[in-house]
Amino acid sequence: MAYKIVASQCTGCSACEPECPNVAIREKNGVFIIDPKKCTECMGHFDEPQCVAVCPVDLTCVIDNAFPRYQVPA
Amino acid sequence: MTVLGIAGPGDPLANPGKTFKTFELIAKTAPDIKLCLSTNGLALPDHVDTIKAFNVDHVTITINMVDPEIGQHIYPWIYYKNKRYTGIEAARILTERQLLGLEMLTAAGVLAKINSVMIPGINDKHLVEVNRAVKSRGAFLHNIMPLISAPEHGTVFGLNGQRGPSAQELKVLQDSCEGEMNMMRHCRQCRADAVGLLGEDRSAEFTTEKIDEMSEVVYDAETRKAYQELVEAERLEKVAAKDAALADMSDEGMSDIKIMIAVATKGQGRVNEHFGHATEFQIYEVGTAGSKFVGHRRVDLYCQGGYGEEETLPSVVRAINDCHAVFVAKIGGCPRDELKQAGIDPVDRFAHEFIGQSAISYFKEYLARVRSREIVHTVRGDADIRQGAYISAA
Repeated sequence: MAYKIVASQCTGCSACEPECPNVAIREKNGVFIIDPKKCTECMGHFDEPQCVAVCPVDLTCVIDNAFPRYQVPA
Repeated sequence: MTVLGIAGPGDPLANPGKTFKTFELIAKTAPDIKLCLSTNGLALPDHVDTIKAFNVDHVTITINMVDPEIGQHIYPWIYYKNKRYTGIEAARILTERQLLGLEMLTAAGVLAKINSVMIPGINDKHLVEVNRAVKSRGAFLHNIMPLISAPEHGTVFGLNGQRGPSAQELKVLQDSCEGEMNMMRHCRQCRADAVGLLGEDRSAEFTTEKIDEMSEVVYDAETRKAYQELVEAERLEKVAAKDAALADMSDEGMSDIKIMIAVATKGQGRVNEHFGHATEFQIYEVGTAGSKFVGHRRVDLYCQGGYGEEETLPSVVRAINDCHAVFVAKIGGCPRDELKQAGIDPVDRFAHEFIGQSAISYFKEYLARVRSREIVHTVRGDADIRQGAYISAA
């Protein structure tokens, strides 16, 4: 599974982009999107997902249920 | 252009790469431009060395509290060292980082100005303590500004009905801090993307599209120097005129009486704007010690297309209701009568004169009339601070 950004809530502030340890976030049409193939939910990097921690709008960076939870490679 | 500042929204030091790259490019192209920076101070201690290396003229830190108990009601959370902190812990980290950053700037010899937002019922009384804390750590200027909190701005304070201070509440707080250090009174709370002078925003001329169209900006050091010398000569002339008027007052004797005067001006320190064209008034307090600039009041334009708008006059009166007189270059018959009715003396005989000098002459006459018992001096009431960001009338 990965995090996703709720486009209707994203203000395009760009705070999340430099914080992502996987460089999974980029701008698209004035808002930011997360590449689910790169997102590791920050596991192995930080205690909490950085996009969630830094986003100024609550409930904008949320778990994307379309993907299975990220598994740390054995 | 003399000064280039990088501010928000979004803290410049949360994105140090872009901020310092901008400084580097400016310093290379136009070395006489002063650089400045605004920050909430959270990341400041990490960057003081770089700020010093770029010879940044001054740094503004927004400090709204020095007590985490109070801070928790202002800051819901912070993001620090890859973690989100909330409540009192967040406020404690923030205040420690802000004060450490300020101390480091002072030690490095970089000027530090402090901005504080006055939030009635939350930090209004506490800001005296903030003033003391920042002064003892070497800040050179303190700017206490009123909270702007109209619901349509969509901010938390705006939505939960937190009111901003009145003009007199703000002035009383600024006055009480003034014995301690320099207070900044000319803040217009412009948006961070402002271009131009305070109160004379030129952002519309410099949109991204228009900047892209400009082929090459010519940097002309000689013309810049000539202009800077002209500005300095004007300033010296203004100071001399005020000193002369003040010397003239010394034979009037001392008095506790102070009056407030609203001035319609386009700049250059002169009474040179029509009442109906003013989008703001400068406020001066005058006494036997001299005249002192104490702030600005924004108003809605009274005169639109040559006709006075009746419904805007009461809002202008409310904005300068604590003033005894209003100095203008010119004023129409209708607003003149209504101002008189409200107890504000409309004065156009100082048209195009220097403000400081005129204020002192007016005060001398006022004092003489009080002493001859022609009029009775009274302290006037309170005034409103107009909500909303300052946007130029153009």
